Amino acid sequence: MSTLAQPKRAPETPSPKTKKVQKEVGQDRAATSQGRWAFWLISPALVLLAVVIVYPVVNAIIMAFQKDQGLDPATKLFVQGGPAGFDNFVHWLAQQCGPAACAPGTLGSQFWSAVGTTFFFTVVTVVLETVLGFWMAVIMARTFRGRSALRAAVLVPWAIPTAVTAKLWFFIFAFDGIANKLFGTAILWTGSEWPARWAIIISDVWKTTPFMALLILAGLQIIPAEVYEAAKVDGASAWQRFTQITLPLVKPALMVAVLFRVLDALRMYDLPAIMTQGSNNTTTLSILVVEQIRQGFNSAAALSTITFLIIFLVAFIFVRFLGANAVASATPKTKGQEK
Amino acid sequence: MTAVSIDAAPKTAARRRERLASSRTYISAALIFIWCLIPFYWMIVTAFRDVGYTFDSTPFFTHFTWDNFTTVFSENLGNHFGRNLLNSLLVAGVTTVVALLFGVFAAYALSRLEFRFKFLVLGFVLGASMFPGVALVTPLFQLFTNIGWYGTYQALIIPNISFVLPLTVYTLTSFFREMPWELEESARIDGCTQGQAFRKVIMPLAAPAVFTTAILAFIASWNEFLIASQLSNEQTKTVTVAIAYFAGAQAHQEPYTAVMAAGTVVTIPLVILVLVFQRKIVAGLTAGAVK
Repeated sequence: MSTLAQPKRAPETPSPKTKKVQKEVGQDRAATSQGRWAFWLISPALVLLAVVIVYPVVNAIIMAFQKDQGLDPATKLFVQGGPAGFDNFVHWLAQQCGPAACAPGTLGSQFWSAVGTTFFFTVVTVVLETVLGFWMAVIMARTFRGRSALRAAVLVPWAIPTAVTAKLWFFIFAFDGIANKLFGTAILWTGSEWPARWAIIISDVWKTTPFMALLILAGLQIIPAEVYEAAKVDGASAWQRFTQITLPLVKPALMVAVLFRVLDALRMYDLPAIMTQGSNNTTTLSILVVEQIRQGFNSAAALSTITFLIIFLVAFIFVRFLGANAVASATPKTKGQEK
Repeated sequence: MTAVSIDAAPKTAARRRERLASSRTYISAALIFIWCLIPFYWMIVTAFRDVGYTFDSTPFFTHFTWDNFTTVFSENLGNHFGRNLLNSLLVAGVTTVVALLFGVFAAYALSRLEFRFKFLVLGFVLGASMFPGVALVTPLFQLFTNIGWYGTYQALIIPNISFVLPLTVYTLTSFFREMPWELEESARIDGCTQGQAFRKVIMPLAAPAVFTTAILAFIASWNEFLIASQLSNEQTKTVTVAIAYFAGAQAHQEPYTAVMAAGTVVTIPLVILVLVFQRKIVAGLTAGAVK
């Protein structure tokens, strides 16, 4: 009965907040008063975010166009700074220290290798995590005894702080550690280039695959069971059901998960910083920025701005091309399946 | 009824296939279980192992000792682990409270009210959550050094808020969207004032979502390393930083057992929290991503 009374009484209430009122009183007045409410509710968070993110970023961009104070290599005199134009960016992108190329071993000479390392880590970890995460999600989506225990167990690696994860795997990959004992090897895991890279990759895969699996699992659970039953009746094989139903339908959720992971991997810092301190070609862009801070704020700011632009660009490409395609290609295929 | 005898053969085959499939599921589940928990188990075994047997490869609790935990909390080696724990609690606690306070209002507006630029605001929040922390380190390092905040608690809390607040807003928004808001309207019709309806009907309904978000925010903040490693000093160092640079009795020798003990101390509360609120946490983690 109260639902019947509702539209009649609603206009008398002064509240701007109920949707039905909005329809009755008139779109404009309700929308503006809701807007006013929304403004007061949202602005604290936005102001806070602007202060803690926008201000530092704008500051970093300004810093990036200034000279570091320090000794001028040409005159050997102390210089105070001042505008630098694009010098800081050229320093990194062309690996130029003054007029000459940066000497091997200096931070300036490591930009492109750090870009390479970062992208290598990103591609390898995200591919491994997507494949493994998908497999885990498919298993977790099945009904069997102990399913909730399994879902709890996969949260454990996710909950452990990355710093602890790094130390734990550093111990596992120690020379006398359990990894070498299990495989009967004598590898200096964190002491040489490729083993160190793989040690970092394995630690990252261990830590973040569960997160990936949970996101994919959530996507899987949206697919109605009837779709599978209909396909089964029509005689689709398990593989066909996977490629024709599961993959296209889960694609949007999968793309979001992959995007999260890619952006996370591009800013990877903790694992390599703790496990190898960036030695043996494991320096990521984030590590390079942090090391550069000790040598000069302004060139570090330029590097962090470049890093930010790279990540932004990758995110943009993802959303623009892959994301759009994912949604577009998912829709017609599922329609065809249902017919 | 005669069909039964004809069907019998395929039925057992089907059942056999089903049993095979379910045993495959169990084997896979066991593999995932082992993969996720064995390294964690290894940390705990090592944490309780005598230093002399650090690299013992027996997978059981042998040479059991509590010494490593004493080492972790002793101040003789220049570590201040107890203090680091308090620092982490303070930083993560304040960050969580502030992020929730601001996040709840924003999420309420984003999920309940119609207004212009809503999409833009959501995009900004999502973009902020994907923001690389390293882009903040440099300007904040300089700023905090200049104004004398280097090594203070606020120097750790403010950047943390920038990571945690977007997460809070996003998670709460998707939680709030699913709440039965009609109840608020019915309460109003039954004579509640707007404030009463909010307090008596909506708040209790929203409490679990807010609580879940608080756990996620706390874990995210507790696990933060990059900012804390750059902007804290001896007094304000958090546990993650302390563990990364833990000093042992001998120079140049990694105090593995003590570090594993420290890791255990830091991790166990989180793992318990996660196991107890497993369902809610999974819901919170996946809330923003799928819808």
